[in-house]
Amino acid sequence: MTHARRERWLAFLMVLPSIILIAIFVYGFIGWTARVSLSRWDGIRPDYTWAGLDNYKQLFAGGGSVAARRFAIDLWNTFFFTLLFLAACVVVGLLLAILLDQKIKGEGIFRTIYLFPMAISFVVTGVVWQWIFAPGTETRLRGVNALLHSVGLDALRWGWYTDTSSIGPFHVALIPVIIAAAWQLTGYTTAMYLAGLRAVPEELREAARVDGANEIGVYRHIILPMLQPITLSALIVLGHISLKIFDLIYTMTGRGTGFVTDVPGIFMFETTFQGNHYAQGATISIIMLLTVTLVVVPYLIYSFRREVEL
Amino acid sequence: MYRNMRWLVIASLVVLALVVGACGTPAPPPPEPTTPLPPPEDTPMPEAGTLEIFSWWTAGGEAEGLAAMYEVFEAQYPGVEIINATVAGGAGMEAKAVLATRMLADDPPDSFQVHAGHELIDTWVVAGVMEPVTSVFEDNDWLDVYPPGVIEVLSQDGEIWSVPVNIHRSNVLWYNTQVFDDNGLTPPTTLDEFFTVADALQAAGVTPLAVGDSGVWVDIHVFESVLLASMGPDAYRGLWDSTTDWNGPEVTDALEAFAQMMEYANEDHSALSWDQAAQLVVDGDAAMTIMGDWSEGYFKSVGLTPEVEFGYVPSPGTGGSFIMLSDSFGLPEGAPNRDNAIAWLTVCGSQEGQDAFNPIKGSIPARTDGDRSLYDVYLQSAMDDFASNEIVPSLAHGAAASEGWVTAFGDAMTLFVADLDVGAAQEAMAQACVDAGMCQ
Repeated sequence: MTHARRERWLAFLMVLPSIILIAIFVYGFIGWTARVSLSRWDGIRPDYTWAGLDNYKQLFAGGGSVAARRFAIDLWNTFFFTLLFLAACVVVGLLLAILLDQKIKGEGIFRTIYLFPMAISFVVTGVVWQWIFAPGTETRLRGVNALLHSVGLDALRWGWYTDTSSIGPFHVALIPVIIAAAWQLTGYTTAMYLAGLRAVPEELREAARVDGANEIGVYRHIILPMLQPITLSALIVLGHISLKIFDLIYTMTGRGTGFVTDVPGIFMFETTFQGNHYAQGATISIIMLLTVTLVVVPYLIYSFRREVEL
Repeated sequence: MYRNMRWLVIASLVVLALVVGACGTPAPPPPEPTTPLPPPEDTPMPEAGTLEIFSWWTAGGEAEGLAAMYEVFEAQYPGVEIINATVAGGAGMEAKAVLATRMLADDPPDSFQVHAGHELIDTWVVAGVMEPVTSVFEDNDWLDVYPPGVIEVLSQDGEIWSVPVNIHRSNVLWYNTQVFDDNGLTPPTTLDEFFTVADALQAAGVTPLAVGDSGVWVDIHVFESVLLASMGPDAYRGLWDSTTDWNGPEVTDALEAFAQMMEYANEDHSALSWDQAAQLVVDGDAAMTIMGDWSEGYFKSVGLTPEVEFGYVPSPGTGGSFIMLSDSFGLPEGAPNRDNAIAWLTVCGSQEGQDAFNPIKGSIPARTDGDRSLYDVYLQSAMDDFASNEIVPSLAHGAAASEGWVTAFGDAMTLFVADLDVGAAQEAMAQACVDAGMCQ
């Protein structure tokens, strides 16, 4: 009895330092940012005059100011970026993992190649892909456009991230950015799926084959369902990265002409540290936090329940 | 087993004590209530101590120019140790985030680099963290050697707030002389001539205007020249103190001219930076570019000679006017080594300091008595214009308006470059003036 109590105390003491640090440096600062977002702090000097939800209303004011227009574009861009980036990572990652799972020669080399981009900073990726997708002009083609021209695929040449056109609220300039982001993080989903595939017992596959399933059937009915938890974890991990994406886009294209590749993170950084609009910057941060929360909290609840069940 | 446990408990308690102790350490006491120091009777002669200079000059001619100025300072004040506090990052946004943290925590450097004009005034002076440097100007009789247009940019509420070390010109059109000769053209001096020349160049298969606006400041930079061309220096100055109406027809004209100009620009302008655009002119792919006179440093760095391979004129329609921007140093309230800081500012503003810095940086002195023999042919012509022209402040580079205003203006430009909607852009620019608290 006393022994158990003592152990509990000890455990509490052991985690206390991290509890204190997290309380101050994570939750404390989130609370402080929330407070700033409800203030009139505009300029270098802090000003905590209560503003209610004014800063939020300004960002969501329909059609009105440039800031509201920019923020609306940002939210759409984040939506499409996240959607297509996740889709690309999951589909390509799964495909590569299945190919790697065929016990091919030199699997280790391929695994390293696919995983390697993850080791590079987003800043480096951004700069390199900016060069790759720089369109050039008719008389001096650059990057991918020069490549397409040299193999006779001129029909596929376009302005890439300089293109300001859109399909509905979807700016086509996001496509090269999504390609760059997916290039960097597909290796992560590949590794996750490969681990998942390896965890599927060979007996299960054999049993399915004995029952008359062909190879496609084995994947559809046996293996893919078993990979579901992996897909979910991958979506959560990549989802919160893409909702907060900043460094890749900042170095690759910036806001883009007409805000075609702008995202809330860039807006927040520029309005705060360039425009000195601290309250507006804090407001954008809190909205970003809320969007990430919308994704992460259901996952936490789900995984918590699973743990309880187990 | 138990013994191990005990050690663990002790160890964690020690860690805890450290953490709590660190959190609980009282912040350094706030500086004594500042009794304003009396203005120095004569130039102070600091003998010792340190001097911390904060800047974002970490590369190229800028860092070397700063080092040259340090040498001048060290020769005069050998006992003072200079701490060169730099934060890398092109336009200084990263540096500013660091500076803001330090200033608000009452830990200012002794002096810091800042764009002269409203970037300094509306960010730092209105926050009450700067000390005026008017007395430094008076003690050194600088009011006679700095042009009134410069003093006006530096001043607010009857005080001067920083010491400029250099002047750059924003409204310059750079051109490839070979391309102009081949097509029998002369560089345009008005907007109308610009469009005539541009048509001829386009017909000859040359991109008339090179633009590299991957950073929106380049759009603002080109547009301020067009604004000046369409309304002249007096009305242009009035844009920044609300005496010129943002809804007026001159602004409309300027927006239309800018929209027309962009049709002569390279299609991939938003993928390029200003120096990549300059490279198009070097290569002869494009004929002209409108950019500040740091372009000259670029042209020379790739081996071109001014007035031989490349030429320069005031950007179309702005002859007789000089859009200035300037790097300057200010005096933060509560600078730890105030005497040394004032000595530094005295060096910054002196002829010797400026002639050490500017030939290396590729800019001209902010005073009119620089030693011409130290400067190249372009800089000499800029010095002549600076002494005789109407001097007006640059918007893109912090001289004309507050940072918040420039940011809002940039957002309007970002949309305008994409949709070329003159009405919406003018409305957004008028609103930016209202939001900045300048217009009604």
